[in-house]
Amino acid sequence: MAQALATPVAPSLSLICNRGGGGGGGSSVSPFSALSFPVASLPKLQGLSIRCARVGGVEIPNNKRVEYSLQYIHGIGRTRARQILGDLSMENKITKDLSEEELTTLRDEVSKYMIEGDLRRFNALNIRRLKEIQCYRGTRHIQGLPCRGQRTKNNCRTLKGKRVTIAGKKKAPR
Amino acid sequence: MGRSLWKGIFVDAFLSKIKDRRDLLSNKKVWSRRSSILPEFVNTTMRIYNGKNFVRSKITEDKVGHKFGEFALTRKRKIHRTNTGSAKKGGKK
Repeated sequence: MAQALATPVAPSLSLICNRGGGGGGGSSVSPFSALSFPVASLPKLQGLSIRCARVGGVEIPNNKRVEYSLQYIHGIGRTRARQILGDLSMENKITKDLSEEELTTLRDEVSKYMIEGDLRRFNALNIRRLKEIQCYRGTRHIQGLPCRGQRTKNNCRTLKGKRVTIAGKKKAPR
Repeated sequence: MGRSLWKGIFVDAFLSKIKDRRDLLSNKKVWSRRSSILPEFVNTTMRIYNGKNFVRSKITEDKVGHKFGEFALTRKRKIHRTNTGSAKKGGKK
């Protein structure tokens, strides 16, 4: 039954019932909620491994290999995911096949790095520092323009946003 | 990307000579925009050349490790926003 439950659990649903609480499932689909009651009565450890694995405070997708599902964490990219697997000398299984011990070791390994909220805060603080001291990079951040010397005559659309047409501007000759 | 550590921080010679003498440092005109700001310069006011005239800048603790040039812009800010778009059509994302 546990295997049957593992696949249809929607990510939103698993977010609600993270730790063995099957009650949240009642709102979405009734048969699943009826099914999940016996699961909740099982030992808690197993209930956790059935649902989405939580590593570093984030859900990582169940049906992908560990190397790729780790990359759903902010602050872990391709290199670091591979490095984590290498450090643990862990096999690159599909995430839902991980045992509880493997998950805990994975969590410990991931918690060594700066991820998610900490990383975001760290970056935001650095940018704020640049803005406060009014250095060149800081002013570029304030203006919303690239601060690493890229050209701004055209391109740099990521920072500038969508193009805004300016009325009365001469068209460039073709 | 960065400068290698064994070289140390780059500071022009005349600045490193007077770095311990605060009376000389205060309100000093600095042409050397490429020099790093040393911890010794903290709490002084420097006048940094921007190619035309001198920009006054108070050196605070946060500014240590940056270069002088970062605090004196060499370009005038356009009043209007830069004219983008309409130069090339079809390059939309």
